[in-house]
Amino acid sequence: MNHWIIAPVLLPLVAGALLLVFEWSDIAAKRALSVAATAALVPVALGLMSVAATGESQIYYVGNWPAPFGIVLVVDRLSALMLVLTSVLACASLLYALGGDDGKGADFHALFQFQLLGINGAFLTGDLFNLFVFFEILLIASYCLIAHGGGQARTRAAMHFVVLNLVGSSVFLIALGVVYGTLGTLNMADLAMKVAVVDSDSDSIGLIKAAALLLLVVFGLKAALLPLGFWLPAAYRSATAAVACLFAIMTKVGVYAILRVHTLIFMDPSKAGLSLELWLLPLALATIILGTIGAVAASELRATVSYLVVVSVGTLLAAVGLSSQDGLAAALYYLVHSTLVTGSLFLLADLIARQRGTVQARLDRSQSVYQPALLGTLFFVAAVAVSGLPPLSGFAAKLAILQAAQASAAVVSVWGIMLISGLFIIVALSRAGTAIFWRTEDTQGERRPVRAIEALSTGGLLAGALLLMVFGAQALDYAQATAEQLRHRSGYIAAVLANDSVRTRASTKE
Amino acid sequence: MQALFSIVIGVLVACGVFLILRARTFPVILGLTLLSYGVNVFLFASGRLVVDSAPLALAEVTVHPDPLPQALVLTAIVIGFGMTAYTIVLALKANGEFDSDHVDGEAGG
Repeated sequence: MNHWIIAPVLLPLVAGALLLVFEWSDIAAKRALSVAATAALVPVALGLMSVAATGESQIYYVGNWPAPFGIVLVVDRLSALMLVLTSVLACASLLYALGGDDGKGADFHALFQFQLLGINGAFLTGDLFNLFVFFEILLIASYCLIAHGGGQARTRAAMHFVVLNLVGSSVFLIALGVVYGTLGTLNMADLAMKVAVVDSDSDSIGLIKAAALLLLVVFGLKAALLPLGFWLPAAYRSATAAVACLFAIMTKVGVYAILRVHTLIFMDPSKAGLSLELWLLPLALATIILGTIGAVAASELRATVSYLVVVSVGTLLAAVGLSSQDGLAAALYYLVHSTLVTGSLFLLADLIARQRGTVQARLDRSQSVYQPALLGTLFFVAAVAVSGLPPLSGFAAKLAILQAAQASAAVVSVWGIMLISGLFIIVALSRAGTAIFWRTEDTQGERRPVRAIEALSTGGLLAGALLLMVFGAQALDYAQATAEQLRHRSGYIAAVLANDSVRTRASTKE
Repeated sequence: MQALFSIVIGVLVACGVFLILRARTFPVILGLTLLSYGVNVFLFASGRLVVDSAPLALAEVTVHPDPLPQALVLTAIVIGFGMTAYTIVLALKANGEFDSDHVDGEAGG
């Protein structure tokens, strides 16, 4: 058993606990510990990814209890990819926070570590109830982080965010109760086997389908799918920049859960599963439309970026909803791209807002920013990437999704909505860029130059998007292999339920 | 007993949903609490209801209830408790900042 698998959970847990338990007199020590713990996640995640890339699903039996009785952690290609993405984004967001965001409220670093604990755990776990627990951990940390910095807008957004997610948690528990009551297990691999053999005329089939739909509602709420996504713009635009940047991965946790649960367990609509093409695709396309309208209508840069997150969720889930292997592969590539780029856009919006005095990030005529060349270049690169123009990763991602849609019956609506939405996003971003950098008064903005560390984290995320394009072939190959692994569920199930190694080790101990 | 059990869950959830849809933070928190009670009781029943049995394995008892839902409920209760505590603090903070207990912070509270 590879003990490194549990490291992405333990590392932030220990670091977060240490940060809370001791009274740290100087913030430098706190920062050092937090940065060290977060930076250590990168090599750990990359190491796990290098093993997962061979196609082997690594299983960690927590407490050495055999599956399906104990909790398992699973690292396959998808989990490894998400871990690497989280660690990279977390490093950038934490570096940015060192510029001063971390001092705006109490215990930023401890909360940040607990947030990572929840996110990493959700990506690793192979047990549905354990997924709920990790969701709650990441949620309680996010409840505190979203209010970090204080102020009326944040308190109001936090109130809505907390109440909505508490209701979501209740729905999650109801779904878990139904799943356990009908199938008698909560281990994902075991569930996948049991769902596949449910008779189509059995009494419980309706209940199982209801549970699958309830789970889709819960994950859709986390991912901000259309009828459940109205909390996102207010929450993200008012959050502190470093927090908003980290939250770029939060919607992806919901998408990951849909990918994991609905492609592994409830994947066969002819039995007790759901048709993602029927349920997810129309809602995802509607999400794109809503997000685009919001982005065009927004009068503030941070609001524009928040709506771009909504658009990215819609695009991502539309690709997932195609329910083909190519669609999944394109979705995974887009997931990495959109997380990096929207994360950097939140940081950039904050840098711009700081240099514009009282106007902040509002798209009004005002004094020009203090460093127009640096911020203008970063904004231009980010805008090209996020709107899907060549030569950056957004173009390759959208192209892959459009190609995958060709095989689908919904090809006309997917192509139409995605291309028109892309056009409007270009309009929205050009308008924002013009208002901020060109339509300015002659006076210069506040002399609050960008710190090196902030430029590094913002530029680093954009460089990640650039690398994703340069190594596009390798990235798409990995995404394709991941999609193939997701489609061939028997490998995952066999790996989790193969307890031979556990049993032999238990017997040798005796 | 099953009918009674279902009615209790139904009443708890209905009251919870009604209160959550109010516009003041205090009823909303009460509603969340009632909803989580209903959900916890529901989760408890997912291992089937067994009458005249022992909670622990005893030699003379043959029918045992499923122990797993009890563990799940315990976890859910603890999490729900913490979440409620946080929501109350947040509601107090909002009340202090807006001088109103409206969920949107509107005046006239």
